[in-house]
Amino acid sequence: MILEDLLREHNLTKYEYERIISLIGREPNLTELGIFSLMWSEHCSYKSSKIHLQKLPTSGPQIIQGPGENAGVVDIGDEMAIVFKIESHNHPSFIEPFQGAATGVGGILRDIFTMGARPIALLDSLRFGPLTVSKNRAIMEGVVSGISSYGNSVGVPTVGGETFFHPSYSHNPLVNVFCLGLVNKGKIFYARAGSPGNAVIYVGAKTGRDGIHGATMASAEFDSQVEKKRPNVQVGDPFMEKLLLEACLEVMDKGLIVGIQDMGAAGLTCSTTEIAAKSGTGIRINLDLVPQREEGMTPYEIMLSESQERMLLIARPENVPEIQKIFAKWDLDAVVIGEITDSQKLEVFFQGKKVVDVPVEAVVNLCPVYDRPSRKPENYDFLHHLDYNSLDQAQNFNEVLLSLISHPNIANKEWIFRQYDHMVQTNTVLLPGADAAVLRIKGSKKFLAMTLDGNGLYCYLDPRTGGKIAVAEACRNLACVGAKPLGITNCLNFGNPEKPEIMWQFSEVVTGMAEACRYFDVPVTGGNVSFYNETEGKPIIPTPVIGAVGLIEGLSQPCSPGFKNEGDLIILAGANKEELGGSLYLQIMFGLEKGWPPEIDLEAERKLHLFSIEAIRRNLVESAHDISEGGLAVALAECSFLSDKRFGFLVNLEDRIRPDALLFGETQSRIVFSLKKENFLAFAQLAAQKEVPIKIIGQVQGKRMLFYQSGNLLIDLKVEEAFDIWKNSLEKILSPF
Amino acid sequence: MKVRVLVRLKNGVLDPQGQTVRHALHVLGYHQIKDVRQGKVFEIELEGIDQETALRLIPEIADKVLANPIIETFSWDFLD
Amino acid sequence: MKFGVVVFPGSNCDYDTYYVLKEILNQPTFFLWHKDHDLKGVDCVILPGGFSYGDYLRSGAIARFSPLMEEIIEFAQKGGLVLGICNGFQILLEAGLLEGAMLRNKKLKFLCQTISIRVENNKIPFTREARPGQVLRIPIAHFDGNYYAPPEILDKLKKNDQIIFRYCTETGEINEEANVNGSIENIAGISNTSGNVLGMMPHPERAAEALLGSCDGLIIFKSIINFQKSII
Repeated sequence: MILEDLLREHNLTKYEYERIISLIGREPNLTELGIFSLMWSEHCSYKSSKIHLQKLPTSGPQIIQGPGENAGVVDIGDEMAIVFKIESHNHPSFIEPFQGAATGVGGILRDIFTMGARPIALLDSLRFGPLTVSKNRAIMEGVVSGISSYGNSVGVPTVGGETFFHPSYSHNPLVNVFCLGLVNKGKIFYARAGSPGNAVIYVGAKTGRDGIHGATMASAEFDSQVEKKRPNVQVGDPFMEKLLLEACLEVMDKGLIVGIQDMGAAGLTCSTTEIAAKSGTGIRINLDLVPQREEGMTPYEIMLSESQERMLLIARPENVPEIQKIFAKWDLDAVVIGEITDSQKLEVFFQGKKVVDVPVEAVVNLCPVYDRPSRKPENYDFLHHLDYNSLDQAQNFNEVLLSLISHPNIANKEWIFRQYDHMVQTNTVLLPGADAAVLRIKGSKKFLAMTLDGNGLYCYLDPRTGGKIAVAEACRNLACVGAKPLGITNCLNFGNPEKPEIMWQFSEVVTGMAEACRYFDVPVTGGNVSFYNETEGKPIIPTPVIGAVGLIEGLSQPCSPGFKNEGDLIILAGANKEELGGSLYLQIMFGLEKGWPPEIDLEAERKLHLFSIEAIRRNLVESAHDISEGGLAVALAECSFLSDKRFGFLVNLEDRIRPDALLFGETQSRIVFSLKKENFLAFAQLAAQKEVPIKIIGQVQGKRMLFYQSGNLLIDLKVEEAFDIWKNSLEKILSPF
Repeated sequence: MKVRVLVRLKNGVLDPQGQTVRHALHVLGYHQIKDVRQGKVFEIELEGIDQETALRLIPEIADKVLANPIIETFSWDFLD
Repeated sequence: MKFGVVVFPGSNCDYDTYYVLKEILNQPTFFLWHKDHDLKGVDCVILPGGFSYGDYLRSGAIARFSPLMEEIIEFAQKGGLVLGICNGFQILLEAGLLEGAMLRNKKLKFLCQTISIRVENNKIPFTREARPGQVLRIPIAHFDGNYYAPPEILDKLKKNDQIIFRYCTETGEINEEANVNGSIENIAGISNTSGNVLGMMPHPERAAEALLGSCDGLIIFKSIINFQKSII
């Protein structure tokens, strides 16, 4: 094969190839080229995103480990810590939805238990094309059953997440999987080699020709030749993962290992080189000792295989027999395949010959870093030409509200989460559907809250504001259950970064996120960048997904969004503005994806969070719900739907703005509370003290949803009828029989 | 007319089910079992078409519906 | 009362069950490893939920060959109390300690939700604390919970009062709408003829604390404990 073809196949540029030659002092052989291509892929090296990600704050007193390890670690007190991360599995899920999503769950679980933590919760952020297209329904069914099959089997509850639909995801669905684990502070493990002479142990599934070049695939755009890449699909084995999880946690608990690394997207290549690079050592392995599922595998294939459910352990030689005994108990092999050296090189042997000899530093840390050109898209100004006067007011707001609550973005997601075991491990206090998922921590009085958020359309219309709102909304969701944010993990899904317009979106979104994180004092503990989300040159809308984790202390139970008692006051915290840009209302009723997204005042937002957390801590409120997609009317309707007794409401607002903007505008920094009348005084005093504008807008009452503006009735619907539509619309589309 | 379609994982694709069954058989003492691959059988009854049409139809439905061509292959034969 | 919770490879509700017995009900509780031949002198064996052996082949099909199952079968035949929950129920069916079989849920989807079951027989050791016809709110979480029995077995189950729980509405009616997984005659749990072996699809260990939504599952564990007290 001529060099150009070889490089193209490995997604390496001529410049990168020359750099490899200068780093190793000769031309690489094929296996070495494969190793560089994996580790220098966008997926592993972050070569296009690195300089932008440096803007994000990553430290804080609670942070034990920020970005750079398998997952971030945060102190929650009492000798306990949490480990969490989000990862994308977009490309594999497009090629084979079931296995792609399943192995995504497997991968993120390993990232968490590699740190010594027992995974206690999974959440997913999913994006698909409109369900009116049968192919999109098939992808969604496959993804949901893949997540369900893997997570349920391993016994980690899937407690929440979000699912959105937009045409730009039709040829590029997003599957972002988040996992959180709990660990004793003294028993956290990292990818470390220790000293030369330590044993390199391979555990878990045998190596096959699975997913060879998956990591480079995740770094390339799709074209219509996608079929050709299909033999790469990996198959997940959740049963193997469960055994691996138990065995790894057992050897870690007994302190038998020095370090551990998951064989993730870049297999043996990534795990061996990263362990050595992080400790400044070398590593030598013999491929003849690697357990293999297929015959006749070449060094190239063994080093690049992405077979799932495998781990690399580093241990002192005297501990190897005890480790092997524990793995045997779980019916797993633990095979010594090499040792740690002081050469600072990766040396690989195969059938008696040395087939790889490269410096680990070059492979892991010396990939070129790019400051790619960025430019505002040409149609950017046009996107904001939106004349409100040209929008006819809808005649029947009841119908508009029903269209919104039956839209898949808003409709009840029970069809999805009923397929997930969301209760196993018996910690789930707030079930899927609340503002944030809440788990209790057994043996303590603490609760953990977690949420995933991100609005692609806002980022498309104004990436900087969109980035800020993504962080603000995630933290607002935490504030609605009474949780103080501890840290954030992010999954940044974008198109091809070699296009200046995409790079501009990326840079702007990260800048916005960074500003919001600093304002709310929430550090980023890690995450993942997924570029090249395009098919045939059409990118997805820029979609940052924020995973925020918070702590609830001093409460017997968290606050939930549903109305609780007849006669409770309904309070709106925050101000209503005449904003319709980027709203779901404009999309559904006018087919418009235009205008400026809602403004965000980070100071007002921060005050609102602090106020909500404190009001909940003082037991002043009965319910709290964030106002987001679909606006105030949808938020109020959800408070009724999520109420056990399905209470209705009567509200009247005096704001002199367009009624559609009042009902469905997505102005930020607003929360709907309900509370007992006798608590109002204390609540109002607290609001004044925290400088948050509040007003009584009505009360919880009856079985109807009544919404007035200055005495004019805009909405009058029976709760039960609207509830049925909200509850069943997704099911009607997906399981019509 | 009856046909039987066998759907199995492609060679080289990991088969967790087959491996677990093989392991269980080993534990029970059946050490002669070298490998197990698990698959699916479909028995299909056809009417109103001739053999020649069936020859075209069966591979079509097997490829389109019964098997997932990304990870599975199929084979088939006439039962009568 | 000594409880033993069996751990098969792939069990994942073992710790949840242990937690309820040990931490909430303060009973001496032990894990029983599937490769052992030792029941550690327990008075009641619980086969927990999960995906033993990945549920590959069929749910529960491989677990029944575990060494410990020989001891459990002998223990049950001597009248020892054995409770199989979800995957544990499937294992008891495969092992022949209970009759019938499990099919995929009628809608071919995994189902995780809190449902209602009606106590059809409160005379066995596992249900003696329940009122006849009492409705319990307990979560289910399974793919293969569509219970099936051929007519002759079904007749026998009815004649001997072996149908212990049926899926019902919140008010206790037995109808098709309440039959979430399509089980024959809404059956959610059955016992053996002598009533010392119970299999049930719902997870009582998930309904043991008000904070998590329901305490109805405690009725089953408390029944076992009080039965033991009554015979001493």
